[in-house]
Amino acid sequence: MEPVSPSPPVAEHPSREVIRGAVVRFAGDSGDGMQVTGDQFTAAAALARNDLATFPDFPAEIRAPAGTTYGVSGFQVHFSSQDVFTPGDAPDVLVAMNPAALKTNLKDLKKGGLLILNSGTFNATNLKKAGYEVNPLEDNSLDGYTVLSIDITKLTVTSVKDTGLSNKEAHRCKNFWTLGLMFWIYSRPLEPTLKWIESKFGKRSDLVAANIAALKAGHAYGETAEVFQHRYEVPAAPVEKGEYRNIGGNTATALGLVAGAQLAGLPLVLGAYPITPASDVLHELSKHKQFGVTTIQAEDEIAAVCAALGASYAGNLGVTSTSGPGMALKMEGIGLALSVELPLVIIDIQRGGPSTGLPTKTEQADLLQAVYGRNSEGPVCVIAASTPGNCFDMAIEAVRLALKYMTPVILLTDGYLANGAEPWRIPRVEDLPKIDVKFRTDPAGFHPFLRDPETLARNWAIPGTPELMHRIGGLEKDYNSGHISYAPDNHERMVKVRAAKIAGIANDIPPLTMEVGEDSGKLLVLGWGSTYGSIREAVQRCRDRGLSVSHAHLRYINPFPSNLGEVMKRFDRVLVPELNLGQLVKIVRSTFLVPAESFAKVQGQPFKISELEDKIRQVLES
Amino acid sequence: MSDLIAPTKLTKKDFETDQDLRWCPGCGDYSILANVQRMMPELGIPREQIVWVSGIGCSSRFPYYMNTYGFHTIHGRAPAVALGVKVANPELSVWLATGDGDGLSIGGNHLMHCLRRNLDVKILMFNNRIYGLTKGQYSPTSELGKVTKSTPAGSVDQPVDPASFALGVNASFVARSIDTEAQHLGEVLRRAAAHSGTAFMEIYQNCNVFNDGAFDAFTDKAVRAERQVRVEHGKPLLFGANQEKGLRLNPRTLGLEVVNVGEGGVPLEEVLVHDETNPTFGQLLARMPFPEFPVAVGVLHASLRPTYDGTLRAQQKAAREKLGQGDLGKLLRGGSTWTI
Ligand SMILES: Cc1ncc(C[n+]2csc(CCOP(=O)(O)OP(=O)(O)O)c2C)c(N)n1
Ligand code: SF4
Ligand SMILES: [Mg+2]
Repeated sequence: MEPVSPSPPVAEHPSREVIRGAVVRFAGDSGDGMQVTGDQFTAAAALARNDLATFPDFPAEIRAPAGTTYGVSGFQVHFSSQDVFTPGDAPDVLVAMNPAALKTNLKDLKKGGLLILNSGTFNATNLKKAGYEVNPLEDNSLDGYTVLSIDITKLTVTSVKDTGLSNKEAHRCKNFWTLGLMFWIYSRPLEPTLKWIESKFGKRSDLVAANIAALKAGHAYGETAEVFQHRYEVPAAPVEKGEYRNIGGNTATALGLVAGAQLAGLPLVLGAYPITPASDVLHELSKHKQFGVTTIQAEDEIAAVCAALGASYAGNLGVTSTSGPGMALKMEGIGLALSVELPLVIIDIQRGGPSTGLPTKTEQADLLQAVYGRNSEGPVCVIAASTPGNCFDMAIEAVRLALKYMTPVILLTDGYLANGAEPWRIPRVEDLPKIDVKFRTDPAGFHPFLRDPETLARNWAIPGTPELMHRIGGLEKDYNSGHISYAPDNHERMVKVRAAKIAGIANDIPPLTMEVGEDSGKLLVLGWGSTYGSIREAVQRCRDRGLSVSHAHLRYINPFPSNLGEVMKRFDRVLVPELNLGQLVKIVRSTFLVPAESFAKVQGQPFKISELEDKIRQVLES
Repeated sequence: MSDLIAPTKLTKKDFETDQDLRWCPGCGDYSILANVQRMMPELGIPREQIVWVSGIGCSSRFPYYMNTYGFHTIHGRAPAVALGVKVANPELSVWLATGDGDGLSIGGNHLMHCLRRNLDVKILMFNNRIYGLTKGQYSPTSELGKVTKSTPAGSVDQPVDPASFALGVNASFVARSIDTEAQHLGEVLRRAAAHSGTAFMEIYQNCNVFNDGAFDAFTDKAVRAERQVRVEHGKPLLFGANQEKGLRLNPRTLGLEVVNVGEGGVPLEEVLVHDETNPTFGQLLARMPFPEFPVAVGVLHASLRPTYDGTLRAQQKAAREKLGQGDLGKLLRGGSTWTI
């Protein structure tokens, strides 16, 4: 026997480089599992305590024809050891699983960025489907990038060959192979994903084995293939002490609603009709029956809002969640709610419109519909969430205002918040303020439209209360008795009192403060909703370059914070960026007579930081 | 013992409100209201536990005149609002007033889903075969060719029969009655009140302003014995002044036929005996063409199955038994967390 020589000590290969952070985009066919890959990659970043933000971007079709450009599904994640406010403008790394994904995403990749390609899919058929005349791997079109062309398909199939999967199923493991490689590049442990695979595919041991094999093979490839100069490490971000989890906007909204109902001590009834991107709120709430949450999948959005209103009438917290087209259907019901002055929470998770529009893309163009969309004088409270985590706070706020003021409250979020995620410091339940609810029980002097002199909210007498039987409805009510009245003066009085009640909420919400910058100067960038992260980052970068610009962000739109007019006066100019043709700016101008300027984008995509930076500079230079 | 003292018995008067009734004089809605107000005290339900929900129409003004809780909502949506009310508080006795337009035109969708879900509510559909409140356009129950303000050349759409529609979507209780037939209407209302699940009642109601006499052909005293068959569970389907006519199943057409019973006719045994638990009976009776056949009134169908609200409650109870009362702190910490 030949003596076995001891293996030489392995130097760590290649070297690990500590970096601040990165923006990574996964792109592939909608059947390639890019959302799962992105989620798992994000979870790993979260576990490493990076700050992060994500942006899933997928087509409306569940399985668009394979290989086409319109069937490409993407997931972008920005993780860092510093504060992160957006999923990032341009990816540092693009993973393209097929030619179509390359075709649609390459333009966004940073010059010199890392491009990982599955060369196994670059065949004639796929190239043609993607619209390539020449194979981009063979001309010089990728010259400006660091290209890593790997036959992921073949390597995956080889890695799972012992698990007995069919060829088709074997191909499906490509995303875990790729994830394994990405984990290696960013020095992430495999264990959490191994566990996840086990729980996800538990019932099919062959799938568990195959996906694990693929994940490990991808990881091993990084270790052995010697194609990488660097391996990266992103240290933990310095954040406030506390317990954290990763949270997406829709989950945060749903949890905020449960919390709000618990804080008020009321059962919650959600009426909803499935619609992208709102359905996940229904899905999430349907899991929490033990909290006294009842979900009704209604026959349409009209029934959904009416059922929610019926529940509020009977003394529960009525909630309804939807997106643009469903919102349009709910308007008559919301009008009834404001007329009978019952609490009602309406969540509008905005998407691209009009009509069916861009179901899976984001937009902020339901603002005017929310503020003004009812027949006649129909004031309701309108608020908006700014980040996925903020959806939680604003959902509680919607519950608080609806119950305190006996009014519908519309909470606006959007597709970007709904599907995006960020690390979220979990609040302690003890720190959440209770919401005080009093049902009327005293018959002395009762009528249903008796008002609290301060809030103007009417008293809430619910069925089941002895001696307080009464009738309400959408016909105009006499101010002094609650009976039907068609009297001209009374009608005007009631119109005004309903308006005054909503306007009065301004005294019960926080004043507008600066997110970034001084509270006076040359330019105020005034945002609302999901544009928060991009605006904040853009304003910060401009300030770093010495520009006089500040950022304020509205979370209350009807009514506005009481100091908004005064805040705007302290700046020479006001710029309002929105993902619509200028809706908030319209309200701001007409309310305050200020020459606020609009910066509009309506592409179904969020603002890039650079777009905002350029605009700010341009405004300040003009 | 003091707690054995029976609560003061309520009377019709206790269910009247101080509101002026705003229906046209002579409208069939008055007698329906009076019958309901007479029946309600018999239920022994405290007034505060009763809720009337309605849509929009003359008929939907009903809740204003009932001294219970009441919600006059929007056109067609009463079943949807009632869904929320009943789910939020299943202890309540929930009643709906709707019209043929409210319930079958703008609100047909909600009515269908209410019936198939078997929500435990009672629905009174005031069928006057016209839009009353909007001053006389034809409705989904108006006869073909109906000349109204909006159809000067006659309506072109085929009417829907409310009872047949209800049976078609699997309603668990379907009955018909007539505004002016106090005793019959009272009986149908009592049966509906006792039913667990959605009880659907179509009540022929005369709109003396825009569709006067729409039902005279079978409600007039002179003809009603000949033109109505009053169905009762377990009893033969007989009609006529002397109960001399009957309904028999023709096995070849799978349809009903009118036969003379007794002397010169068929023996009583050949007459169909009404089985309200079998929806096929209900459907055959609901769809009899008039005037070749009489109009069937009474409880056409009644059967029991779990209610929507009851099943929801059971799910909630099961969740609480399995998972305990919800713990908010735990919920917020769902998924993987990390502490810094
Ligand atoms: C959304 C809406 N559309 C239309 C109307 C007008 N409208 C009120 S009642 C009614 C028809 C009512 O007919 P029906 O339900 O048969 O009630 P009836 O008055 O005959 O009792 C219509 C069309 C309305 N109130 N709301
Ligand atoms: S219009 Fe007809 S249904 Fe309406 S109140 Fe007058 S009579 Fe009755
Ligand atoms: Mg009618």
